[in-house]
Amino acid sequence: MLETNPFSLLSEVVPTVVMQGFIIAMVLLIAFGTIIQMIHHKNLTYFFNNAKKAKLQATREVGAAEKAKIIAKTTVYDIGTTSELGFGKRRLAHVLGMYGTIIFWIASAMLVFCYTGADKTSSTLWSMLWHVGAILTCVGGFWFWFFLRVDVSAEAHPWYRIIKADLFVLALLACSTFGLAWSYTQFNGQEGLSFLFFALFVVSNLVLFGGVYWSKFAHMFYKPGAAIQKNLAEADGSRDNLPPPADAPEQFGLGIKREEPKHY
Amino acid sequence: MSTFVYMTRCDGCGHCVDICPSDIMHIDENIRRAKNIEPNFCWECYSCVKACPNHAIDVRGYADFAPMGHSVRVRREEEKGTISWKIKFRNGTTKDFVSPITTKPWGKFIPKLADGEKVKQGELNSQRLYTEPEGLNIDGELPAVPKESFKKGVYY
Repeated sequence: MLETNPFSLLSEVVPTVVMQGFIIAMVLLIAFGTIIQMIHHKNLTYFFNNAKKAKLQATREVGAAEKAKIIAKTTVYDIGTTSELGFGKRRLAHVLGMYGTIIFWIASAMLVFCYTGADKTSSTLWSMLWHVGAILTCVGGFWFWFFLRVDVSAEAHPWYRIIKADLFVLALLACSTFGLAWSYTQFNGQEGLSFLFFALFVVSNLVLFGGVYWSKFAHMFYKPGAAIQKNLAEADGSRDNLPPPADAPEQFGLGIKREEPKHY
Repeated sequence: MSTFVYMTRCDGCGHCVDICPSDIMHIDENIRRAKNIEPNFCWECYSCVKACPNHAIDVRGYADFAPMGHSVRVRREEEKGTISWKIKFRNGTTKDFVSPITTKPWGKFIPKLADGEKVKQGELNSQRLYTEPEGLNIDGELPAVPKESFKKGVYY
């Protein structure tokens, strides 16, 4: 199953051009939802105003080369490994979900645009990546959903309490789960179930990409911007008004290491 | 001076929710970030400010001390055992303070609340506070004022 391109079997029923059109429509929905959200929430205005304030408070000039270095370092370390989540389960779950989703989306586009159709060859690698991406998303996402969500872990709410902030993660999990279920049932020739899971896969994609304006989808664009701004502010001395690091030796060790927020 | 959260910095870790003694730090239902739901009930202990690993919580100063344009920010460095405050006044004056996080021996006297006895529903419904009456070092029950001794009138 893992080596089979699920879209290839689907192309016998749904024309490839329709699948390609669906992916393009989803990309347009992301762009549309994010732009509308930025206009409504004034995120960009906030970021630019903050950047202007930081520039006025800067104590030193950061050159273009240094700026590029900071941005590169932030992209690789802070964004690439979601360092803001510290060292622990939340970060691991986020990294699993993040890379799983990226692999899943890229593999979906590759399979539909390059390896699906009558005259196209199959690709074991991209088919594997599609399934692995979906599995990683499910592992990270369900771990987060059942155990790590802050309203469950720190606020003691039950895992089945759904709030608006769950729209993104639930839609994402539905996409990956129904995608895998569709691929499995289609591979085993279970036509009825295969059709059901495919329909759910399409609906969950529509909810995920059509709900960008209402969901937390766009955090994947805002968070990198905030991380870059934070590190640039540290470098130019404005530090977002934070005090400088204390001039004290690292002498006290881990005696005051914080505990998991589970004391409700 | 009550606290507030910068949503762009908060990552929803729940440390402030966990530590707030007034139980006013909660998670927003729309964006899953922390927020102070009742600034008027803030005890101004700044536990949340100090506990935040992302420096996402700030103090909103009183108008006579630090009106518009001020900022009160804190940086907690666990590995150094220090906590630094930067107070910025409206006229641009800044003051920096650095203190040890605690004067107790490092790594000791950390309350292991999670290991403690689970709270019973009856205790939650009771008017008594945690560890009362034994925590008050009094013999017997809490002193009570008989209702008959109240004067007539309006009590607030």
